[in-house]
Amino acid sequence: MSESTLNDDLDLSGLPLVDNPVMPYLRQERIPHIWCPGCGIGTTVNCFTRALEEAAKDLDKVAIVSGIGCTGRVAGYLNLDSFHTTHGRAIPFATGLKLANPDLSVVVYSGDGDLFAIGGNHFMHAARRNMDILVVCVNNFTYGMTGGQVAPTTPIGATQTTMPFGNFENPASLPFLADAAGATFVARWTVFHVRQLTRCFKEALGKKGFRFIEIMAPCPTLFLRRNRLGDGVDMVRQYKERSVLRNGADTKEVAVGMEGDIVVGTFVDRERPTWLDAMNSHFSSVLGDRYRTYGG
Amino acid sequence: MTADPKGVLTGIHFLDGDHAACEGALAAGCRFVSGYPITPSTEVVERFAQRIPMVGGVFIQMEDELAASITMLGAVWGGKKVMTVTSGPGLSLMMEHLGLAYITEAPCVFIDVQRGGPSTGLPTLPAQADMMQVKWGSHGDYEIIALCPNSPQECFDLTIKAFNLSEQWRVPVFLMMDEVVGHMTERVVIPEASEIEITERRWTKKAPGDYRPFEACADGVPAMTKAGEGHRIHVTGLTHDERGWPALTPKSQDKLIRRLTNKIRDNADALTDIREEECEGADVIVVSYGITSRVASSAVLQARAQGLKVGHARLVVAWPFPTTRIAYLATQCRAMVVPELNLGQMVHEVSRAVAGSVPVLLVDHAGGTVHEPQVILDRILEAAR
Repeated sequence: MSESTLNDDLDLSGLPLVDNPVMPYLRQERIPHIWCPGCGIGTTVNCFTRALEEAAKDLDKVAIVSGIGCTGRVAGYLNLDSFHTTHGRAIPFATGLKLANPDLSVVVYSGDGDLFAIGGNHFMHAARRNMDILVVCVNNFTYGMTGGQVAPTTPIGATQTTMPFGNFENPASLPFLADAAGATFVARWTVFHVRQLTRCFKEALGKKGFRFIEIMAPCPTLFLRRNRLGDGVDMVRQYKERSVLRNGADTKEVAVGMEGDIVVGTFVDRERPTWLDAMNSHFSSVLGDRYRTYGG
Repeated sequence: MTADPKGVLTGIHFLDGDHAACEGALAAGCRFVSGYPITPSTEVVERFAQRIPMVGGVFIQMEDELAASITMLGAVWGGKKVMTVTSGPGLSLMMEHLGLAYITEAPCVFIDVQRGGPSTGLPTLPAQADMMQVKWGSHGDYEIIALCPNSPQECFDLTIKAFNLSEQWRVPVFLMMDEVVGHMTERVVIPEASEIEITERRWTKKAPGDYRPFEACADGVPAMTKAGEGHRIHVTGLTHDERGWPALTPKSQDKLIRRLTNKIRDNADALTDIREEECEGADVIVVSYGITSRVASSAVLQARAQGLKVGHARLVVAWPFPTTRIAYLATQCRAMVVPELNLGQMVHEVSRAVAGSVPVLLVDHAGGTVHEPQVILDRILEAAR
């Protein structure tokens, strides 16, 4: 165990008990969660709930949709209308939910394998359409739930159970994909950047269109251990040391590997009409009074 | 309640089955369709795309059938009555979300305009070879309802019935069309909206805190809500408890899956819809469904003209299979003849119901066109001997 992991000598006995401000946002009866010690997903949920609070969102109008996998379990722990769907299909489910009830603020929260391997086609088309949803991808470079198989994000050289001699497949750069497909907001942070990430969530929740946030998060059990990269804290230290803030960076140049810079910040922030706004304005202009403007 | 007049195109029309099914959906209150083009079903969504801007609702063409079938399910929880439309190859892709629709008890309608298969098969030619796939194609134990129209008029009528049953039982309901029914054009009468009975969604009256989204009412069906109402529901494809929370134990699996299947199995007799003609005292009964029933009618008439006592029982509801009624009909005759546009699917259900009491003769066909009446007649004559 590395020296920084835990401080067992810390004496907390004299401190007053205070309510965790995040608790009202969680289904407390469902805790403990399934995530491993040192996993980054819980940290992202913490930041997300704080952003919900700061954004003063009407929580009855926020819905969260997840696919399958470790991050796919986020929906079940949040005290919101929540949907745990099929593998890779959170985005088209969210599309139907948003179009059926445009008053909802719909957030897709899932992992890199779910959103970009089995669900990659849906990601591309929802971004192209500018569907009005926020997509959060927790990128841990691996399939955690199934035991550490190679993912579309696994860096070249990393060992995974289905790449036992090291990965030789080219990984995807998620912000580049999101940008190319037409997302209106593209950002990347790591679980080291809890304040920046919270701010980013809040900013993205206040915008319209297809918004994408990638969060680098450690999977200590299946990615770090297998690649002898230490534990979760060691990885967070790496995030701290390797991260370079570059708002507005060209997304062609933000790919992440086993070593080298992790470029973080907001890369894309632009306005395009959402699918629903485009439908309403187009039909109004083409069909005139015959068109029944759609609002849900 | 009765239909919303905005969606009802009252009048006498000359429509093909695909278009008539679309009008049935609009009359039933469907205001959300997510589809993906596939022959010979595409005209259903083409008409919906044309009509819905003036009715008030959404059509979206998705990137594939996986997306089309789950976008529909998202829209259910957004509060809409929903539908998707496909044919064989697309149906295969939708199997995953048939399972999700079932376990989450999402009311929805799938229209399958059947064509020859397997795989790409015969894109423009008919078959009835998806009958078992809709019943068994998604993994796990499940029950669905499947209706079989044999005319454009029935495509209209039974699409409304499909929506009503999906709301009543909270199960996916299939309209099992085929290429011929989809593309044949006939007179279709669309009544006044006030004459069309519509089953409304079973909305919960319970307040947040009291409401358990998967707690069954007396008939085994839970009341529904939608996102945005403050109920803070959780909906998952995992085995779940009455709160909707994952409950991954043999006990909770047993409780949930038995309740879901029993909603349909316990009501199979009530759901039975067989159109019977001269079955009492018949020597031979022809059991048919969908387009094949019209060819069978011709063969039955010819057999009667030869002096044979032949009954005709047409399955309007193919699933749940009307076991009780077919078993009864077997007591009324000496043999049964089952023509279908496949190499033997529903005939196995007929044989199971009959349980060896009378011979059951299949008139199979690999698909691509309908039967010649003569081959059905020959089989009737053989059965009568």
